[in-house]
Amino acid sequence: MPILSIFLIVSAALFCTGLLAALSRRHAIFILIGIEMMLAAANLNFIAFWRFGPQTQQPIGVMVAIFSIAIAAAEAAVGLALVIAFYRHYRTTNVDQLNQLKG
Amino acid sequence: MNSVAFILIAILTLAAALAAASLPKLIHAALSFAVTFVGVAAFFFLLGAEFIGLVQVFVYIGAVAVLIVFTILLTRRDAGKDRGFNWGGVVIAIAVFGGLLWAILHTPAVSIAAPNIEALTVKRIGEALMTSYVWPLQCVGVLLTAALIGALILVMEEKR
Amino acid sequence: MSGDVVDQIFIRAKQWLLSWLAGAPDWIVQVASSLLNIFALLGVFLTLFALISVLERKILGRMQNRYGPNRVGPFGLFQPIADGIKMLIKEDIVPARADKIVHFLAPILIAATAILALGVIPYGRNMTPFAIDGGILFFFAVGSTTELAVFMAGWGSNNKFSMLGAMRAIAQMVSYELPLIITTLPIVMVVGALSPDAIVAAQSNYSFGFVPHWFVTTPWGAAAFVLFFVSGLVESNRTPFDVPEGESEIVAGHMTEYSGFKYATFFMAEYIGMFAISGLAVTLFLGGWHAPVRVLQFIPSYVWFFAKLSALLFVYIWLRGTLPRTRIDHIMNFAWKFMLPMAFTCILAAAVWHYTGRGVAGWLWSLAVIGIVYIALSILLDTRKRFATRTYRFAE
Repeated sequence: MPILSIFLIVSAALFCTGLLAALSRRHAIFILIGIEMMLAAANLNFIAFWRFGPQTQQPIGVMVAIFSIAIAAAEAAVGLALVIAFYRHYRTTNVDQLNQLKG
Repeated sequence: MNSVAFILIAILTLAAALAAASLPKLIHAALSFAVTFVGVAAFFFLLGAEFIGLVQVFVYIGAVAVLIVFTILLTRRDAGKDRGFNWGGVVIAIAVFGGLLWAILHTPAVSIAAPNIEALTVKRIGEALMTSYVWPLQCVGVLLTAALIGALILVMEEKR
Repeated sequence: MSGDVVDQIFIRAKQWLLSWLAGAPDWIVQVASSLLNIFALLGVFLTLFALISVLERKILGRMQNRYGPNRVGPFGLFQPIADGIKMLIKEDIVPARADKIVHFLAPILIAATAILALGVIPYGRNMTPFAIDGGILFFFAVGSTTELAVFMAGWGSNNKFSMLGAMRAIAQMVSYELPLIITTLPIVMVVGALSPDAIVAAQSNYSFGFVPHWFVTTPWGAAAFVLFFVSGLVESNRTPFDVPEGESEIVAGHMTEYSGFKYATFFMAEYIGMFAISGLAVTLFLGGWHAPVRVLQFIPSYVWFFAKLSALLFVYIWLRGTLPRTRIDHIMNFAWKFMLPMAFTCILAAAVWHYTGRGVAGWLWSLAVIGIVYIALSILLDTRKRFATRTYRFAE
């Protein structure tokens, strides 16, 4: 089993890949994919710290990861509903076109 | 044996994540995204949290990935290829990764080996959820209900 | 004594084979042990698949007052060999504009998830291939990956009918996954563990020597068994819920553009999914590998498991020969408006059964709970008043 810093580096790399997807793409669904990857990287971080850290009475890291997965699923559902809703209105999924409130 | 498994899973996860972030065709990116989550679930198994790994596969690959591909199908008029790629995002991502790497390598407290812990059974997680964490559990339940109703309302067709 | 030898004969055979590797390092023994498990599992279930494919045709034939296949081999039992040779020598056609990687990976993924799900079911005493702590959750996690594979099959073919068939299949599978999982919750609640071994061990007692403590003998267990079985029918896309592969409507749905060996892989994945769901139903509700009465315990455990599995598979085939196909909107209505409330009622009835003492009083109270909800749902969802009387029009 590698040391904790290796797990943290992998988690940081996954986080930055998610950040890359969220920042550099125009399609709304790609941005959502990036956000989900960032959440997964954070979960990995929590579980790694739980495994390597002092063991408390309750498995706190595991609990936080469970709730984080549940909330990520809810957020993905609502985000995708938003994408469908504005696709219906504007017939495009390019987030640069969402500039109605500009100026 | 553990290190070999770790290296293989790490390569799979990061390669799939990079593919998901950079492939031009949407459906391929969505399927690579599902493979990334298989990799993350494998990490959870390696770290001894099997329940979380199974929940991850179940929720992310069985539900979120299916949602994403369905949405790609329903918004297909200009999909197929994603036009435009913002190279500033690559610079920022690399900068953030550099910063995090520096922080990790300069913290001696995280260069520790794995202690031997007792196995985490589902029974222990269940007991924790129902005794110490019962309030967050109920709140997550309410949140999921609200998200369900909200998503339904957002996509309901307006009555003409 | 002799009963124990026959019962554990496969375990002893495997330990004898592993003793040849006595001097090797630990991880080689682990890998060899897993490989032996995998080969045994694949051998048994692929043979069962071949047998069931010909038996199904013969049973359906007999139900339709004709012989099934009876030319190849004694009573036609070598028909799978002929089918296999036919499938293997067929030309493998891939549409020119299909997405080659996705089109290729879909049947592999669907077969892989079906076979993975078989790994956590206890087939006999000490005979679970992979005994992990969250076995039931593993089964459902792997089963839910099937939907993604079905989508890949439909999309990778670049064919509108395949896409429509895939979307219908996924809608059906996602809707019925909820009753499938929620009906296992009463069992998990009553036993207190997610491991199939613990669930089988909790069904090991007998009252008065001849009434087994299987969960199907309780009212909530019987209701949950029926709901689980129907959801399993839908998950494996079997008649009466085989809208995704309805031949007269949508050609073969998401499998339209697959020929030869890839189609055989889809076919195999469907049957192995059937085996997995039936195996889980036997484990959860029908007492796993336990005998029905105490005096028959000398018969080995795996014989009982496969006997119960065969009984459930016969019911699958029987339903295919008897019922017509259901319409897709009827299927969805049934799932969301009837099965989901009934599944939640089973959880409530199991709790009532547990807290009124698990005896006759608990039995009657939980029966009352289920009965009241069932009657209320039947009254609320009554469709007789919504349709007008039939008028017949004849050509004049």
